[in-house]
Amino acid sequence: MIAQHFPALQVVVPLMAAPLCVLLRNARLAWAMALAVSWAMVFVAGSLLARVLQEGVISYALGSWEPPWGIEYRIDPLNAFVLVLVSLVGALVISYSRESVDHEVRREQHYLFYAAYLLCLAGLLGIAITGDAFNVFVFLEISSLSTYVLIALGRDRRALTASYQYLIMGTIGATFIVIGVGLLYLMTGTLNMHDLSQRLPAVEHTRPVLAALAFLTVGISLKLALFPLHLWLPNAYAFAPSMVTAFLAATATKVAVYLLLRFFFTVFGAPLVLGEMPLPEILLALSLAAMFAMSIVATFQDDVKRMLAYSSVAQIGYITLGVSTGTAAGLTGTVVHLFNHGITKGALFLLLGCMAMGMKRVTLQHMRGIGRIMPVTTFGVVIGGLGLIGVPLTAGFVSKWYLVLGALERGWWWVAVLILASSLLAVVYVWRIVEAAYFKPPGEQVARLREAPLSMLVPAWAMIAATVYFGVDTRFTAGVAARVAELLLGGFR
Amino acid sequence: MSPAWAIAVPLVGAALIAATGARPNLRETVTLSTAVLLLGVVSSLVPDVMAGALPSAVLAEILPGIALRLEVEPLGMLFALIASGLWIVNSIYSIGYMRGNAEQNQTRFYVCFALALAATMGVAFAGNLLTLFVFYELLTLSTYPLVTHSGKPEAIAGGRTYLGILIGTSIGFLLLGMVWTWQMTGTLEFAPGGILEGKASNAMTGLLLALYMFGIGKAALMPFHRWLPAAMVAPTPVSALLHAVAVVKAGVFSVVKVIVYVFGVDNLARMHSADWLPFAAGFTIVMASLVALRSDNLKRRLAYSTVSQLSYVVLAAALLTPISIVGAALHISAHALGKITLFFAAGAIYTAAHKTEVSQLAGIGRRMPWTMGAFAIGALSMIGLPPFAGFLSKWYILQAAMGTGQTVAVAVIVLSTLLNAGYFLPIVYSAFFKAPAADVHGHGHGEAPLPILIAQTATAAGTVALFFFPGLFLGLAERLAGG
Repeated sequence: MIAQHFPALQVVVPLMAAPLCVLLRNARLAWAMALAVSWAMVFVAGSLLARVLQEGVISYALGSWEPPWGIEYRIDPLNAFVLVLVSLVGALVISYSRESVDHEVRREQHYLFYAAYLLCLAGLLGIAITGDAFNVFVFLEISSLSTYVLIALGRDRRALTASYQYLIMGTIGATFIVIGVGLLYLMTGTLNMHDLSQRLPAVEHTRPVLAALAFLTVGISLKLALFPLHLWLPNAYAFAPSMVTAFLAATATKVAVYLLLRFFFTVFGAPLVLGEMPLPEILLALSLAAMFAMSIVATFQDDVKRMLAYSSVAQIGYITLGVSTGTAAGLTGTVVHLFNHGITKGALFLLLGCMAMGMKRVTLQHMRGIGRIMPVTTFGVVIGGLGLIGVPLTAGFVSKWYLVLGALERGWWWVAVLILASSLLAVVYVWRIVEAAYFKPPGEQVARLREAPLSMLVPAWAMIAATVYFGVDTRFTAGVAARVAELLLGGFR
Repeated sequence: MSPAWAIAVPLVGAALIAATGARPNLRETVTLSTAVLLLGVVSSLVPDVMAGALPSAVLAEILPGIALRLEVEPLGMLFALIASGLWIVNSIYSIGYMRGNAEQNQTRFYVCFALALAATMGVAFAGNLLTLFVFYELLTLSTYPLVTHSGKPEAIAGGRTYLGILIGTSIGFLLLGMVWTWQMTGTLEFAPGGILEGKASNAMTGLLLALYMFGIGKAALMPFHRWLPAAMVAPTPVSALLHAVAVVKAGVFSVVKVIVYVFGVDNLARMHSADWLPFAAGFTIVMASLVALRSDNLKRRLAYSTVSQLSYVVLAAALLTPISIVGAALHISAHALGKITLFFAAGAIYTAAHKTEVSQLAGIGRRMPWTMGAFAIGALSMIGLPPFAGFLSKWYILQAAMGTGQTVAVAVIVLSTLLNAGYFLPIVYSAFFKAPAADVHGHGHGEAPLPILIAQTATAAGTVALFFFPGLFLGLAERLAGG
């Protein structure tokens, strides 16, 4: 019985748990609630995915208001996959967070912190699950506003400016999105995405619809930090509390990518977006610029969190590059990299959080010789780093394989060369970490450190183990991704 | 027995070595027994392979349609036998060397060594290109901590070059070539006669071949050879087994394998897409020999000699005749035995006399007759004189070069033989016949520790034995060439 209402519960439970946290006013209880809710959401998302893969698209009418009048939650393999990613990362991050948040956030703010996290989770899950364009905007605002709070709670005062910067950029992005949605409503009289996809072909070539596409593309690109709209990201990642960085890196930009796919392929349709508009060329150019410029910038960073933040912008370049190829293999690469990079980068930020327990900022100078002091944590960072490079038997290799294949299928052999060349830049910045951690004598500060507690290591290593597991057994990731790619290209409406 | 055991045994061994790290004697016992057990596992596969069977095992399915799969064919069998057999000898040597020089972090050293052997077995028994690539990369990564073992600035710099070139070529060229092959043919399986026939034009085949040949950086084809001299900062047992046998042979092994099973010998010969390869290999042979001639550092000279000798294998494979393929396969084993002996001797000299330069070796043969005797045997085998293993493989390659009328190849072989003699014989001569220079340090020394002597005598004897009893290796090589 209750399983029928899973689509609603997926969003409503964390949404209701957030105010409860505030009422509880107790750090421990708030954490326990966030933990229970997060794991429950993994179960819900997992069963939704299983159902979608077996029975096909699930349509859920919220409050029994039939679509297209009411709000419809519409779940297909693509967003079910994203729901699993978001809730799984959320659950692992929250399991990890207790000690880390104790250390990095002022105690009297803890219950607010967990409330903000739950709101953010609800917002991200909501964006992924809803089939209503305006509802997307609502959830986007819920997740964004709570994200600003979460970032601002970082212990470094610069977290405030970082949060403010993101607030400005994020608001501009949200405004663009709502303008786009408004234009679509103007032209079609509907907000339901499925309904939009039916009605748009009739007015496809009108100026307002094309303007809507432009507004939506730019607005979503801001949220997903597509180069050169990424400027908010490095600071936000660098100064947010460790667990927030991990959560955002693994989920927020990925949900935005999902949104881009949703609007491009479901609402507007591949023929218009990839065929008639010059979007593939623009996306390709920006993706390549991101891959190279941001990887090069990353190699010059001394703050490791910031280094990995720039690496994230570069990796987002891979994700959008897959879209621009417009081939099944390239799109498979996009979807699979969404997941693979999410878990890899999430794991890396969690491990950096372990190191941050003993030092104010995790810089290359501070982490000298840490390989001997915190061997388990550091070795995890090495494996995660290999995943970023795309060494075989890590998840990153699988993504890269599909992206290169996609470029070759499209006949862009030079793009294939560039993809591989840029992944060599990752070797450079990952190896700066390796050399600092293993070949430099430990400084005084590092020598006083101890290995992180198990409550942090276990979730972090669970994600590291997942990056290796999904590099060997790709039936779940690549299997679902290939199916999604096929659906997206097949005018999946 | 499933070939997966050949990977499992050293992996379990590595775990046990890590667990017994606090008790060095027990730890070394574990290393030795693992090595012996591995040779047992590998040898148990020989009868099946000689009977024409291809024992195989699927480990996992990484990508749809491309499994991580092992399959033992004759060339892999030969490579695995060489690597696992020499691991036993090398482990004995390591005990003498690592203790004699009081090296740090010995547990990490033995663990990484076992991991590198597991990766080598994976390369040897890879059933398709993806599996080969996976283990090839794991071999690079597992040997990195061995190259940078000392942790000194020059070791870190060497490690950078090592990793930079090997990862750079494999991701930049090899992976690209592999994805391209998959895109064109829809398969990455190794098949007799190749998988590319009729799928690619002559020019594309040539380009693809270049991606593979330079992408397999471990074969050290110039200009991607610099990692090998850079790796010489490692402790000598690493240089001996990994950078004279396992790693570099993984490179040329992959080259032969790709030419035979991906491109197909007949296919390439028909298309003339590989006509440039003998020149690239010949250039590397001559240039590397010239560098070796001018190197005073002994290990560096040996490293450049390896670069040159590796290209013999590439040259032989590039001649594209059955007899040259036999020569290539034989040279993998002949060079392995000879070069490991030379490195063992170099390490023995370092351990006993703390000498690293060729110019310091005058008269050392009187104090270290066993060591320099082994060195002389290794050197003569490198030059290609009977009754040493090097003669056999050179004979086959020369025969193939003459048979195909490739005058350039013949000239390269003759010239490089002279150069080989030029940089090896003076060492032997001055060690035995020159008066020792006055020792500035003023300390006397005798022979190296016993484990070292045992090891180098064993490999030197092996070099001779392979000349007189090449049956098993020749049989495997002929099976390979016969398809």
